[in-house]
Amino acid sequence: MIRILIFLVLLGLSAPVLAQDAPPADAYTRLASDSYGDIEAGIAGLAASGDPRAGAVLGALAEGRLLYRPADKTLFIKQGNDLVDARTGRPAQADGLKPVRANNKIRRALEAAQGQLNLTSPDPAKRREAAEAVFKARDPVGLPAVERALTAESHPDVMRVLAAARAAVLLARPETPENERIAALAAIQARGDGDAIAILRNVAASDPSETVKAAATRGIQAVETRLAVAAAAQNVWYGISLGSVLLLAAIGLAITFGVMGIINMAHGEMVMLGAYTTYLVQDAIRAHAPGLFDWSLAISIPCAFLVAGAVGVAIERGIIRFLYGRPLETLLATFGVSLILQQSVRSIFGPTNREVGSPGFMSGAFDVAGLSITWGRMWIVLFALGVFLGLLFVLRKTSFGLKTRAVTQNRRMAAAMGIRTPWVDAMTFGLGSGIAGIAGVALSQIDNVSPNLGQGYIIDSFLVVVFGGVGNLWGTLVAALTLGVANKLFEPYFGAVLAKIALLVFIILFIQKRPRGLFALKGRAVES
Amino acid sequence: MTRTRLIDPKGWIFLAALAAFCLVVPLLNLGVAESSGLHLPTYLVSLFGKYLAFALLALSLDLVWGYCGILSLGHGAFFGLGGYAMGMYLMRQIGPRGVYGNPVLPDFMVFLNYKDLPWYWLGFDNFAFAALMVLAVPGLLAFVFGWLAFRSRVTGVYLSIITQAMTFALMLAFFRNDMGLGGNNGLTDFKDILGFPVQAQGTRVALFVATGVALALGYLVARFMTVSAYGKILIAVRDAESRTRFLGYRPEHYKTLAFTVSAMMAGVAGALYVPQVGIINPGEFAPTNSIEAVIWVAVGGRGTLVGAALGAVIVNYAKTVLTGAMPDAWLFALGALFVVVTLFMPKGIVGSLIERFGSPRARAKLPPEPEIAPKLAEEGQG
Amino acid sequence: MSDADLLAPVSVTATGRPDDGHAPAQTRRVTDALLYLDDLKVTFDGYRALRGLSLTLDRGEMRAIIGPNGAGKTTMMDCITGKTRPDTGTALFDGTHDLTKLDEPAIADLGIGRKFQKPTVFESHTVADNILLALKGPRSGLASLFGWRNRVEAERIDALLTKVGLIAHRSRPAADLSHGQKQWLEIGMLLAQDPKLLLVDEPVAGMTDAETAETATLLREIARDHAVIVVEHDMHFVRALQCRVTCLHEGAVLAEGSIDAVSADPKVVEVYLGR
Repeated sequence: MIRILIFLVLLGLSAPVLAQDAPPADAYTRLASDSYGDIEAGIAGLAASGDPRAGAVLGALAEGRLLYRPADKTLFIKQGNDLVDARTGRPAQADGLKPVRANNKIRRALEAAQGQLNLTSPDPAKRREAAEAVFKARDPVGLPAVERALTAESHPDVMRVLAAARAAVLLARPETPENERIAALAAIQARGDGDAIAILRNVAASDPSETVKAAATRGIQAVETRLAVAAAAQNVWYGISLGSVLLLAAIGLAITFGVMGIINMAHGEMVMLGAYTTYLVQDAIRAHAPGLFDWSLAISIPCAFLVAGAVGVAIERGIIRFLYGRPLETLLATFGVSLILQQSVRSIFGPTNREVGSPGFMSGAFDVAGLSITWGRMWIVLFALGVFLGLLFVLRKTSFGLKTRAVTQNRRMAAAMGIRTPWVDAMTFGLGSGIAGIAGVALSQIDNVSPNLGQGYIIDSFLVVVFGGVGNLWGTLVAALTLGVANKLFEPYFGAVLAKIALLVFIILFIQKRPRGLFALKGRAVES
Repeated sequence: MTRTRLIDPKGWIFLAALAAFCLVVPLLNLGVAESSGLHLPTYLVSLFGKYLAFALLALSLDLVWGYCGILSLGHGAFFGLGGYAMGMYLMRQIGPRGVYGNPVLPDFMVFLNYKDLPWYWLGFDNFAFAALMVLAVPGLLAFVFGWLAFRSRVTGVYLSIITQAMTFALMLAFFRNDMGLGGNNGLTDFKDILGFPVQAQGTRVALFVATGVALALGYLVARFMTVSAYGKILIAVRDAESRTRFLGYRPEHYKTLAFTVSAMMAGVAGALYVPQVGIINPGEFAPTNSIEAVIWVAVGGRGTLVGAALGAVIVNYAKTVLTGAMPDAWLFALGALFVVVTLFMPKGIVGSLIERFGSPRARAKLPPEPEIAPKLAEEGQG
Repeated sequence: MSDADLLAPVSVTATGRPDDGHAPAQTRRVTDALLYLDDLKVTFDGYRALRGLSLTLDRGEMRAIIGPNGAGKTTMMDCITGKTRPDTGTALFDGTHDLTKLDEPAIADLGIGRKFQKPTVFESHTVADNILLALKGPRSGLASLFGWRNRVEAERIDALLTKVGLIAHRSRPAADLSHGQKQWLEIGMLLAQDPKLLLVDEPVAGMTDAETAETATLLREIARDHAVIVVEHDMHFVRALQCRVTCLHEGAVLAEGSIDAVSADPKVVEVYLGR
C-alpha cells in the first residue's frame, strides 16, 4: 500500500515534466486496463497532466462511458451511439471494447482528480471549491496541481485556501522535511477554522517529530482562541440584532409609558397594525405597480405610522384621557382595547399568518472579519438606530418636543403658558403609537404577521423600558442592547428558553435592587 | 368601638346564597331522575364547580388588590402551581393503569425515557402531602417574591409588570419537557382522587361541594384579615403607604403576609379546578389568564370580597354562553368589558350598590378613586 | 450656636442598631441632648438642600423653626425621620441612636413622631380608627391580626379625641373632616404614638385665628411632657408658642434665640425682606 502511494507520489511529481512536451501517453495507456491499481494511477497521471482532454476523459469514466480496446490499449468515449477517440476527441469506429471499471476506491480517486482539474477553472468560486476539496482530501497526488495553481493564482481569497490545501497535503506526506512541516503548520493555523483544528490535532497526536508536535499544539491553542473570539463576536452581533428588535418594539412605549406615564397594554397591537399595514401595502403594490416592490417597505413606513398613530390618537381621546392619574385602570382598559384590536384583525384577515415579502436589498449576507452578517438584520439594526435618533431629535429639538416635555413635567404650568395640553397628550400618544407601527414594518420582515404578533413583544417592551429607567430614552437604548446581547450570550450555555427565563428572573431581581431602572432620576420630587 | 363584625349583612347574604347553591345543585343532579326536566346534567355540576374555583381565585386577588393596592397580574401563576400540585397527586394515583402500564412513572415520563421519578415528584402519591404542597408552593413563591419586591418598595404598575413577567417566566419553564411536568401537554388522564373515580357523578358532586366550602372558608379568612386591626393597617398602607412607615409600621411585612395568604388561596382554587376540568397545562400560566381574573374582580367590585366572587361567576357564565353562541364575539365582549367597567363602573357591581345604599363608613372603606389631576412621569426625557 | 455644642465630642462612634430598641450598656452616650444634628449635608441632583446644618434639642424642649421657602426645613425633618439619607453629617437621637442608619419605621419605633405639612390621615378610616392605628404598641402583622389592638377600649381613644376636640366626629370617615380638623387628627395621632420627640410641620396652615390659638395652647400642653419641633411660617403663632426659635436659611442655621432676638437680628430681617 505504502509502496503504491510512494510510487503514485513520484508519478505525480514527474507528471508536470511530461506535460511540458509530449501528451501523457502513459496515463492513457494505464487507464486502458482491467487492473484497479493501473486505472487509479492513470487517473492521477491524467489529472496532474494539465491535458485539455483530461476533464472529458475523467467525466466519461465517472459516468461509465469510458471504453478501451484490450488489443492496443486505446481509449474511447461513448457519446450516445457514437464513439470518439479519448485522446483526440475525433470520431472513431472500433469493436471488441470493454468498459473501464470503477470501484469505490477508483471513484474516490476520480473525485479528487476532478477536483484538481477545477483548480484551473476560470471561475474563482470553482477554483476555491476545488482547493477546498484538495484541503479535505489531503491526497498527496494533488500536490503538483496545487503548487502549479498556487503560482498561477491571483485571487487572494483562493490563494489562502490553496496555501492551506498545500500545507495539508504536505503534512499528510510522511517524507516532508521537518522545517517544511512547521511552515505548513503556520499555513493551516492561518486558516483558523474547525477543519484546521482537526488537522492540527492529527499532527499533534501522530507526528514523529516532537518539535512539530509542540508547534501543532501551540497552533491548536491559537486557533481555538481565535474561534472562541469569533464565536463570541458572532453572538454579540446576534445580540445586537435581537437588541435592535427589542429597541424597535420598546421605543414607542418609551414615549407612552416612559414619558407620559401611560400603561398602554395595546402597544403590541400597534406593532401588529404596522405589520398588517405593510402586508396591505405590498398587496396593493403587487396588484397595481409590481415594479415598485423594492420600495414597498419605504412606502409602508409612513402608512404604518399614520395607521397606528391614528388608532393611538383615537384610543387616547376615547379612553385614556378619562383615566389620567389612574395607571392601574389605564392598564386594564388598554388591555381590553388590545383584545378588541386582536379580534378585529383576526375577523378581517383570518387567524393564519400573512405572507410579507422581502425586497431584494434585504436578502443576502456579507462577511466582516469572519462574521457572517445578513443584510436583513443589518438594515433592521440601522433602522432601529435611525428611529431612535429621529425620536430623540423630535423630543429635544422641535417645538412639539418642547411642549411634550413641558406638559409631562408640569401640566398646570404648561396649560397656564398657553399650551393646549389635551392636544399635546393626544399627539404625543399618537407619536408613540405611530413609532410602534413603524416597528411593525421592520418586524414583519422577521416575525410571523399574525393577530398575535403584538402579544409576543408587550412584556419584553415593558421590561426594557423599566430596566432602562422610565422617562429616559438613552436608558431604553442601553437596556434593549444589553438585554439582547445578554440573551444571546446566555443561549449557548442554557438554551434559548432557559436563557429567556434567566433574563426575566434577572430583571425581576434587578428591579428589586433599583426600582427605577438603570438610569434613575434622583431628587426629592421623585421620592415623594 | 368601631369594631366591624366578621360577617356583615352582605356576608350573610353571600354565605346563604352559596350554601343554597351547594345544596340545590347536588339535589337537582343526584336527587332528580335524569328523565325529568329539572335534572341537572353532571357536566354542568363540574362547570359550576369551575366557576366557584374561579370565584376563589378572584377572592384571593381582591384581598391584595382591593385591600392592599397590589394589582397582581400574576395570580394565575399561584393558581397554576396549586393546580400542578394537585395534578401531580392525580398522576401518581393512575399507577399501572397508564398506557405504558408503568406502576410508578406517569406515561409522559416513560415516553421521554425517564428511568426514575424526579425527586420533586416524591411524596405526591400521598394526598396529605400534595394538599400541603398546594398551599406551600404558591405560598413560598409569593413570600419570596413579595418580600423582595415590597422591601424594595416596588409598587403600582412596576409591581404589576414584574408579576406578569413572573407568570410569563413560569409559563416558559413549564412548557419545557425537561421540567418533568409533562411539557406542553401538561398533566391529564386522571383516574382517581382519594380512591374515588374522578369521572364519577358522585365524585364530581363532592368536588363541587368541596369547592363551595373552600370558597366560604376563603371568604371567612379574607374577612377575618380585613376586619381586624391588620386589615385596617392594610387599607392604610393601600391609601398612604409612606404615612404608615412614619407611624412605625413596616408595610412590606403587611403586604407580604397578605400576598402570601392570597397566593395560598389561589393555589387551593387551582387544586380544586384541576380534577373538575381534568387537565392542567402551562397555558394556565399565560399572562392573559391572570389579567382576565383581574377583570372579574373589577366587574364585581374590588375591595368588597363578595363582589369579586360574584364577578368571577358572572363573567365566566357570560363566557360560557357567548363562546357557545358566537365564538368570535367573546373577545370583543371581554375587551369591551375591560373598557366599560374601568370607564363607567370603576367600583363594580357590589361597590356601586354599597355606594348607593351603604353606610358612610362602608362607603369610605371602598378603594378610593385617585385624584383626577394626573401625576405623570417625573421628567420629560433623559 | 447652642450651649449644648460644648458637650459634643469631636468624633462620634456610637451607632444605633435598627433592631434593638435599647442601646447596649457599654455604648458611650456622646451627648445629653435628645436630638443632636451636626453638619448635615444633603444634595439633590446638584441642588444643595442642606449645607452643614447643626442643631441640638434638649429633652422636653419645644423649638420653633422658621425660615423662608427652600431654607431646608422639610429636608431637615426628612433626615431626622429617615426619609432622606444625608450625604454627610451626624444625626443622633437620645445620644446613642444614629438616625442616618435607620429607616422610617425603626425611627418611629425609637419615639419620633411626625406630622406632615399637608395633613395625611387615613381617609378611608374613621377618625377613631386613625387614632387606633397610631396607638403605641407592637407593630407586627401577627400582633395586629390577633393581638390587643383588636381589643382596645373605646375610652382610651375617646380620651385622645377629646383632647384634640374631635370626639363628636369619632365615627366619621376621616375623608369627611375639614382641613383644620385633619390637622388636629394628625396631632391626635402623634399623641397616640406617645413619642419622645414630635416633629410638627406647619400645623396651623389653613386654620382660622381661633383655631390657631387653640392649636398653640394644645402644643404648649403637649410640650410639658414631650420634646417638640414646630416648623411654621405664622409669626403670631410662633410667638404664642413661647419657645426658643431657630431660623434656617439656605440649608444652615442663620440665627437662634428668643423670638424677639431672632426677629430683631439684621441677618434674619435681610433674608425675609431683602430679597
